[in-house]
Amino acid sequence: MLTSQFLLLGAILFCIGVYGVIARKNAVLVLMSIELILNSVNINLLAFALRNGSADGHTFALYIIAVAAAEVGVGLAMVLLIYRNRRSIGLDELSELRG
Amino acid sequence: MIAAELLVAQNIGFAVISVLMVIGALRVVTTRNVVHAALWLVVVLSGAAAQYVLLAAEFVAVTQVLVYIGAVMVLFLFGTMLTRARIGTERDLNNSYARLGIPVAGVLFAAMAIALVSSFGDEQLPSAARVVGVPEISDQIFGPYLLPFWALSFVLLAAIIGAIVLARKD
Amino acid sequence: MILAASEILSPLRDGWFLQHAWLTPVIPTVGFVLIVLFGKRMPKKGSEIGVLSLLASLVLASGAAWQWIQRVGDAGEEQFVSPVVRTWTWWQSGGVEFTIGQHVDGLTVVVLFVVAFISTLVQVYSLEYLRGDRRYTHFFAALTLFSAGMLAMVVAEDMILFLLGWEIMGLCSFMLIGHWWEDGANSRAALKAFFTVRTGDVGLLVGISVLFFAANEWTTTHLGLSGFSIRGVSAWALSGEPNSTVILVAAIALFVAAIGKSGQFPLHTWLPDAMAGPTPVSSLLHSSTMVVAGVFLVARLYPVFFTGLDILGPSSNVIMVIAAITIVIAAALAFVQSDIKRVLAYSTVSQLGYMMLGLGAGAWLPAVFHIFTHAFFKACLFLCAGSVSHSASHHSFDMKEDMGGLRKHMPVTFAAWTVSTLALCGVFPFSGFFSKDEIIDNVGGNGYTFFMVVGLGGAFLTAAYMTRATYLTFFGAARGAAAGVHEVHDAHAGAHDVHDTHAGAHEADDAHAGPHESGILITAPIAILAVLAIFSGLFNATPFGESWEYMKKWVEPRAVVVASESHSGGPGEAFVVSVPSAESGHSESPCGKETPPEGVCYAPQVSHATFKWSKALISLAVVFAGIVLSWVLSAALYGRRDPRLVGLTQRNGLARAGYRLLANKYYLDDLYERGVVGSITGPLARGAYWFNQRILDGILHGVAGISRAVAQVVYRDIDQRLVDGAVNASADVTKAAGTTVQPIQSGRVGHYGALLFATAAVAALVFVILNT
Repeated sequence: MLTSQFLLLGAILFCIGVYGVIARKNAVLVLMSIELILNSVNINLLAFALRNGSADGHTFALYIIAVAAAEVGVGLAMVLLIYRNRRSIGLDELSELRG
Repeated sequence: MIAAELLVAQNIGFAVISVLMVIGALRVVTTRNVVHAALWLVVVLSGAAAQYVLLAAEFVAVTQVLVYIGAVMVLFLFGTMLTRARIGTERDLNNSYARLGIPVAGVLFAAMAIALVSSFGDEQLPSAARVVGVPEISDQIFGPYLLPFWALSFVLLAAIIGAIVLARKD
Repeated sequence: MILAASEILSPLRDGWFLQHAWLTPVIPTVGFVLIVLFGKRMPKKGSEIGVLSLLASLVLASGAAWQWIQRVGDAGEEQFVSPVVRTWTWWQSGGVEFTIGQHVDGLTVVVLFVVAFISTLVQVYSLEYLRGDRRYTHFFAALTLFSAGMLAMVVAEDMILFLLGWEIMGLCSFMLIGHWWEDGANSRAALKAFFTVRTGDVGLLVGISVLFFAANEWTTTHLGLSGFSIRGVSAWALSGEPNSTVILVAAIALFVAAIGKSGQFPLHTWLPDAMAGPTPVSSLLHSSTMVVAGVFLVARLYPVFFTGLDILGPSSNVIMVIAAITIVIAAALAFVQSDIKRVLAYSTVSQLGYMMLGLGAGAWLPAVFHIFTHAFFKACLFLCAGSVSHSASHHSFDMKEDMGGLRKHMPVTFAAWTVSTLALCGVFPFSGFFSKDEIIDNVGGNGYTFFMVVGLGGAFLTAAYMTRATYLTFFGAARGAAAGVHEVHDAHAGAHDVHDTHAGAHEADDAHAGPHESGILITAPIAILAVLAIFSGLFNATPFGESWEYMKKWVEPRAVVVASESHSGGPGEAFVVSVPSAESGHSESPCGKETPPEGVCYAPQVSHATFKWSKALISLAVVFAGIVLSWVLSAALYGRRDPRLVGLTQRNGLARAGYRLLANKYYLDDLYERGVVGSITGPLARGAYWFNQRILDGILHGVAGISRAVAQVVYRDIDQRLVDGAVNASADVTKAAGTTVQPIQSGRVGHYGALLFATAAVAALVFVILNT
């Protein structure tokens, strides 16, 4: 197995996730795209862990999984709140920050 | 001889799983049904777990299954239902400027691909003869990486409280 | 008398079906996947895949049952018939092997056959019952997945697969109860069922873990099995090795899971609400198969409960107490229901109580036999109720409003209902008599007289409420929809089985036909089940003598001490180190009572009460009294509207209090919703609020105060004089720049994301170019 095959897989998933974050309007789908990005990072970390023969990558991957869980929890709570206030979770309707 | 056969099997496994994962990921960002997107995400996450096993990271793979496929996916489905997203196809899930994403993702991928191929080329991964076990990971967590672990526990606590405060009805 | 350890008794036969019993869950699993992927494109919308896969499973299960009977026939009278076990390792970590595999013994083949058989019939029934439903394909997919889960649980060799099957069933139960989720009541019922059962499932997880950590070392050294193996755990529990506290904790935890799944008190509240699902679902999941999973768990790991809870000990145990409470309270609740399916649901709860009572009192075989017979007649009753609502009462299940006098219009349904009712009541010679009476008899025979009386009281109540339901449905004058009144149907549209397109199509066909018999796809399964409701009792007809006790011979594991080496010999061989002394004529093995000498036991020694007609006549008299009394009262109250009885619950204080208590289901739902859920969420939310108000706000206020003081100093001395000039100049520049880039700030998150990643991409490109 080559190192680069895993890294390339990670890169593909990362870019698909990036596309999702940009293209999607529904907040839940944006959160899912972010999960794709986080997973691609995990694949990279574990590939490097195997390459370097250390357990550091595993530790980081576990931390990322934990952070992702927290992120989804808070993110979905926010989506719920937005839904309650606006009856919609379309992100482009939230444009109060317009300059 | 046996090692070579194992390597072939690993490569085939990698190829099959990767194709599934990429298809799944593409469906996640293109499908018009929120529930289908969640289910395709399960495919990607399970594929990732399988890749972790190939990368000799069994503990992370198990955690991935438990946390992601077990807990996070349930959260997503609940989020979908609670926001009464239509369980069915919806037309306007994408932004009007969705096409903007394609060049951005394309350029990003090109940059990464060039960098990765030029620096790692055809470097072989060492065979996964030595599996990193749970004891080693715990040594890491409670040794050099104790401080991040500590911070992480605060993040989780804050997330729990934050989620309750945000989502509760007043 | 101890024989040489190496003496081989007659070798056991081993057939293809027994070796391949693991295929029974695999086929429906494949069927499920096929339905999900291609179902909608199939000519029959995927239902044909479901029916065919279940038929294949039924063939395999029947073959396995047949070969198991032959295998038992080969064995000597006191020889342990070893289960047919095959395992494959799928995961290995830290020295522990996780296996998946099959464990086929008498209990397995019985339940396997029942599940496959009733699943097949119910799928056939659903072809007609759900015709035109908007989620027809999904329905069959979930039904097939359920069968796969239950079959997997039944053949499971280890607790991991058992847990998997158990949870798949819970999931399917949720999906099927909420099949018509557009109606809020249905989705609430689905959630309630799911969460209540999940509460119990925690016990299963805890129990499996406790057993694993307690037993793993012993099973590995003595049998070469992991602590998840059902055989290993059973042998460990009877080895005299386990610490009594540990095994007590494990047994209680597992029993909590059984309480949740099998609707025992106090977690029975979900089962009547689960009737919101389509009737085939109630018939399959919530009466005959899924809800007996809890009973099956206790029966499967019987040695753990036997040792842990001291079954057959001098005092009563927790299983019997819970079961006795369940029998009585559920039967009492059945009297105040006007929904025919709810009557049957409470009846199911009560009958599950009988099974548990049998297991708790050491009557293992009668309890398992009751699983067998109950499955047929209760599934039949539910299908009859569905038939009535489908063809006679316009999808209403209300006995008081929309039924009555249907016996003339629906002869097949009426006949099947009557037969099954008599079986449920335990009337000789219908099947329920042989199983239920056997349980009651054995409970008494093992010295638990009080619980025997409770069982008899339950039999009286069962006969009475079933007579009431029969009278309301099939006798008296036709009312509401059954009499052809269509407004009633519309008025009740929200509360009943209305499935849009289906109801509409049906209305067009039958609006003027009035009540009529259902089609062949509905009556055929009902008729088959009714025949079994009559005759299935003959499989263990204790009253006719020992030669009729087939179940006892085929199913009951023999409590014999087996040499532990036998497991290296592979399937089909069993070594016996101790055979009972010849003069007693009846086996007195040490299993379950003391540490077995040099060997292991897989089943505890239980005793069987000898059948006496005098005892049976008492229970028959009780049942007969229940039927007659209830018939007279029902005819008076519902038929003639006797003024002394009508409105009694309003006039008489005692009757009113009793009715209120029952109508509110003993206030258990209120207790759970307000008491338990409220007391957990309330403080949590209050705690979070307190944390928010006091701690976070306090910190913020403190920080704000300090910064305000600092800011005043800074403002007066530095800001006003020095910085202002510079700022004003730069502000002009910024303003000009801001106007130029303002369009970028669209306020849309997606735009920002695109900008962010585009910048990152450009930066990455720059790095790449610089580095190469």
